[in-house]
Formats: sequence, C-alpha cells, structure tokens
Amino acid sequence: MSVGSWIREGQIWGSIFRHGVPRDRRTRAMAVLSNVFLHLHPVAVRKSGIRLSFTWCMGGLTFFLFLVEIVTGVLLMFYYRPTVEYAYFDIQGLRAHVTLGLLRELHRWGAHAMIITIWLHMLRVFLTGSYKPPREFNWSVGVILLVLTLLLSFTGYLLPWDQLAMWAITVGSNMARATPFLGNEGPGAAFIQIGGVPLVHAGDDARFGLLAGTFVGPNALLRFYVLHCVFIPIVVTVLLAVHFWRVRKDGGISGPL
Amino acid sequence: MEGIKEFINAICRPAPFLVLAIVALGLFLALYRKLTKPAAAAVLGGGFTLFFLLSCLDPNFQKIVAKADNVPIVMMMFAIGYFLWLSFRQAALNDAAIEAGQPLREAGSDDKVLVWPDLVYSEFISLILFTAFLTVWAIVLRAPLEQPADPNVAPNPAKAPWYFLGLQEMLVYFDPWLAGVLLPGLIIVGLVAIPYIDTNPRGNGYYTFKERRFAITMFLAGFVILWVVLIIFGTFLRGPNWNFFGPYEYWDMHKPMALLNTEFHDLFWTGLLGRALPTEGRGPIPAYLIREAPGIALLGAYFILGPLILRVLFFRKLAAKMGLIRYSVMVMLLLVMLLMPIKMVLRWTINLHYIVGITEWSLNV
Repeated sequence: MSVGSWIREGQIWGSIFRHGVPRDRRTRAMAVLSNVFLHLHPVAVRKSGIRLSFTWCMGGLTFFLFLVEIVTGVLLMFYYRPTVEYAYFDIQGLRAHVTLGLLRELHRWGAHAMIITIWLHMLRVFLTGSYKPPREFNWSVGVILLVLTLLLSFTGYLLPWDQLAMWAITVGSNMARATPFLGNEGPGAAFIQIGGVPLVHAGDDARFGLLAGTFVGPNALLRFYVLHCVFIPIVVTVLLAVHFWRVRKDGGISGPL
Repeated sequence: MEGIKEFINAICRPAPFLVLAIVALGLFLALYRKLTKPAAAAVLGGGFTLFFLLSCLDPNFQKIVAKADNVPIVMMMFAIGYFLWLSFRQAALNDAAIEAGQPLREAGSDDKVLVWPDLVYSEFISLILFTAFLTVWAIVLRAPLEQPADPNVAPNPAKAPWYFLGLQEMLVYFDPWLAGVLLPGLIIVGLVAIPYIDTNPRGNGYYTFKERRFAITMFLAGFVILWVVLIIFGTFLRGPNWNFFGPYEYWDMHKPMALLNTEFHDLFWTGLLGRALPTEGRGPIPAYLIREAPGIALLGAYFILGPLILRVLFFRKLAAKMGLIRYSVMVMLLLVMLLMPIKMVLRWTINLHYIVGITEWSLNV
C-alpha cells in the first residue's frame, strides 16, 4: 500500500473529505456538494456559460481580488496605526524596512484592479442581458456592491496620510458640503432654521458626519480606517452572500432561454 | 513632428475630444459587424497601441502616463477596448446567426458539464495567472507615497481618486450639489432601475446588438462616454488649476485661463429684451424668482415638454409597450444624462454658467 492511499483510506482523511477521489460522476458531484466553499457553485453548469469568452471571469476575479484585499489588508493592519503621528511613518517603514515588502503594493494595485474588473463585470452582465428577468434583483445587489467597492477604495485612499491621500479626500468630501438640505452650502439648507438660527452649519452637516470634523484631520483618519477595515467589508460580505446565492437561485449562469 | 503634436493637442481639447469620442462610438455601433472582424480589429487595436507607444517617446506624455497611480488607467483603456471588441464580435456572429435562422453561440442550454473539474479548474487557473500578474505588477511598480499630509500646502492640481474623476470633471460645468451629490445619486438609481424599465424580453443571456440597439447604445453612451472618457480626460488632460493640457503639453502652472462666464438671466433680460435685471419683487414673489423665471421656464420645458416631444418623435411604440410609469422614469433619466453634454457644449460655445442661478438659495443649475 502506497503512502498516498494509506492517508486517503485512513480515518482522518475520510472525516474531512466524505467522498472518494473525484474521478467519476458521483464523486465529482460529491466534491462540490460536500464542500462549504465549492458549494457556492451548482453541481453542473451550462456548457456555454463557463466559456471564458462569455463570462470573461470578471465576477470571479473581482471576488478573488476582494479576498486578496482582505488577506493583505489584515497583514497591513499589523504594521499600521491610524493616527496622525504614526500613519505616514508606518507606511514609510513598510517601504523601507520590510524585506520583500510587497504587501502595500499588492493591496493598492489589487484595489485598482478590483475597480476595473468590477466595471468590466457590469459591462459583461449588461451586454449579455443577464439583468433581465428573473435576475433583476441580483443586478441591483450588484450595483450596490459596485458602489461599496468604490467606497472601500475611497476610504482606503486616505490611510497613507500623504499629500495625495489628504487632498484627494478633501476634494471628494467637499462634495458632501453641497448635499441638498443636509450640507451647509447645499440648496435648501438655509431654510432649515429656528428663529433665525441655522440648524445646518459646518459643524453638523453631511460633511461633518463623514469626516467627524470640519477638515480632514485625525478624526477623519480614524473614521475612514474603521469604515475601510471593518464596516464596509462586513456589509460587502453580507451582500456578496446574497449575490452568489441569488446567482444560483435565479437559475445559475445566464444563457438563452 | 511638432506639427502633428500640435494638431493632436488641439483635437484633445474638451470640445473636440468629446465630439470625437461620440463619433467614434457611433461609428463603432453603426459598423460593428465590419469593424469587429479580426483583421479590422487587429488594425484598430494595433494602430492605437502603436500610437500610444510612439507617444511615450514624448517626455511630457510619458511623465503623465507612467505616473504610478495612472498606470491602472492605461490598463483600463486597453482592457475596455479589448472587451468591447470581444463582446461585439460575439454579438455580430450571433446577429448573423439569428438572421440566417441558425442557433446562437450560447445555444444548447441543456448541455451541462460538471463544475468539478470544468469550472473549478478554470477558476483555479485564472486565479493563479492573475496572482502572478498582480505580483509582477507589485514588484515592478512601487505604490506611490508623497510628502506627509500637510493641510497648509494644497497640491495643484488636487485630484480626487481616479475613479471619481468623471464627477470632478462635471464640477467644471455644474455646482457641487449636482456634480457631487445628485448626479452620482441618479447614476446609482438609474443603474438599479435598468432591469425594471428595460422590458425588452429579447437578448437575455447571449451577446446581441441588433435585438437591443437602444438599451445598449444608451448604456455605452453613459459608461464609455460620460464615465470612462471623462476619467481619461481628468487623468491625462487636466493639469494645474484644472486647466486643460494637450497630451504632449508641459503642465505649466501659469497657463493663463480665459474665464468670462455668462449667466442665462443676463442673456435673457439684457441680451434679448435689452433691459436691466429685475431687482424688485412683486407682492410675495421675490426679485430673484422673477430674475430667474426664464431659466426656470426653460428647464421646466426641458423636463416637461421633453418627454412629450420625444414620445411623439421617437418613442411612440416603446412608450406604449412600457407603460406610463416606466416610460416616465426612463425618459427622465435619459434627459438628465443628456443634460450633461448639453451643458458642456453650452459652456464651450457661449460660456454659459448657470441656466438657473438662484445663488440666494445656493440652487444653481
């Protein structure tokens, strides 16, 4: 008996994989059905649906990049402190002192790539008409995931705390000041007042809520850090579960009826 | 050589750039069957790549394109070009098959294959290839890190992250409450609404253009022209003071900018009627509402008469099929989308600043 088959026939292996080597139809189906990660897939799929020229694998790559971002992001959290005193120098240290320090590069370029792949995924889904019934709702979930991906990237942009970061976020968050009724420079905000005292001002408007201050400072850094590392990823994870679940429940990958 | 560069700089100015992009997309959609043939596509793609590589010899061009954070945008340009070709090539083949009564490329939906190994393996291979690609990218290109953040020193130009540059470009033509809040909100709402207003049952699950001309044209006008082209514009052609710079032009901090904007109320009261702006209110109506009345009427006509006129001229059948609510939502989204290029053109031609400018309420359109 070879070592390989001794391992595969033992109790430990058998307790983890409750099927034989996937060589025939039954064990191959079992391989997908009995694995929590693989069972995101159905057992069998439409042949035309998995052709690379049909799907471009863009949804899959987007999800893969999300995982890359989580892995590299968690590792980066070991080295990075979200305070004005340390943030920039922690990033600089990553660059200067860590051997084979590719973490930040992988994280940043992965984020850029994820935005491109998610746009291409949307383009593919649109051009194949895959948002049409019965998949309308899943398209909507996808749009929200797209927006959240942009927000993930936007909140992460501030964290290196360099000039590029601070001023890009300043430009971006200045928009919130002009939110109708909720921003202090937005249309209608001047009407929200009691006895001549304005209720919407620089100290409590939409921009203040985003930055936890009237400028991009320490509070904004902490707020963006928590949004970037905890809040948005949790929401994305939940919506991803819905998105994948609905792909299967709405009839799997799309194809001509 | 300098003459060619001057010419390209000139046609990359906002107005011709946008017009050329629209013409290019229009030609592509009109001639998609011919242009997506492998030979034609190779000439187009190769020609653009060659043009791009030659341009890299220019120091000013190279400086912008090779900036670490701009490299993904260059990749995106080529990726979108390639995938537009890939999808329209398949659409052309499918459309020809439909006309000839032959089965689609995606036909045979009963042919099923097992996920293990057919899908799992190709997913695994894509994943490994992409990991290799990303690792090489990370080794070759360092992530940018500039000087420490300093609230007292603003860089010039201060740019938003690249994926929001389309919106930052819109800031030139619209106030922040429109460019930064309302338009992005409407883009999200519009995207979510697509499956509910597109009632065309054909083209579900396969590449086609012929069966969905209107939907695909509108989507590409929004995605390619108003999103991607504006990002390219904001990244490569907007320099200090948000001034325009040609691709081979040096980013001069002191480039003079002519800024003489006209308000619509000036055009109407002074230009057309030859009178001073109204400064006195009438009864409960404040003066600024009288002053802005022509602009409000114009916008009102655009959004109220627009749907009716479009219905009579183009959408008679479509509107009947869609029903009142779907048609209204679709046509409103369409009119908002059209308002962007309209306002851009008005700015470039007659320097129009605001159509309605109620600065008293910060309500400027």
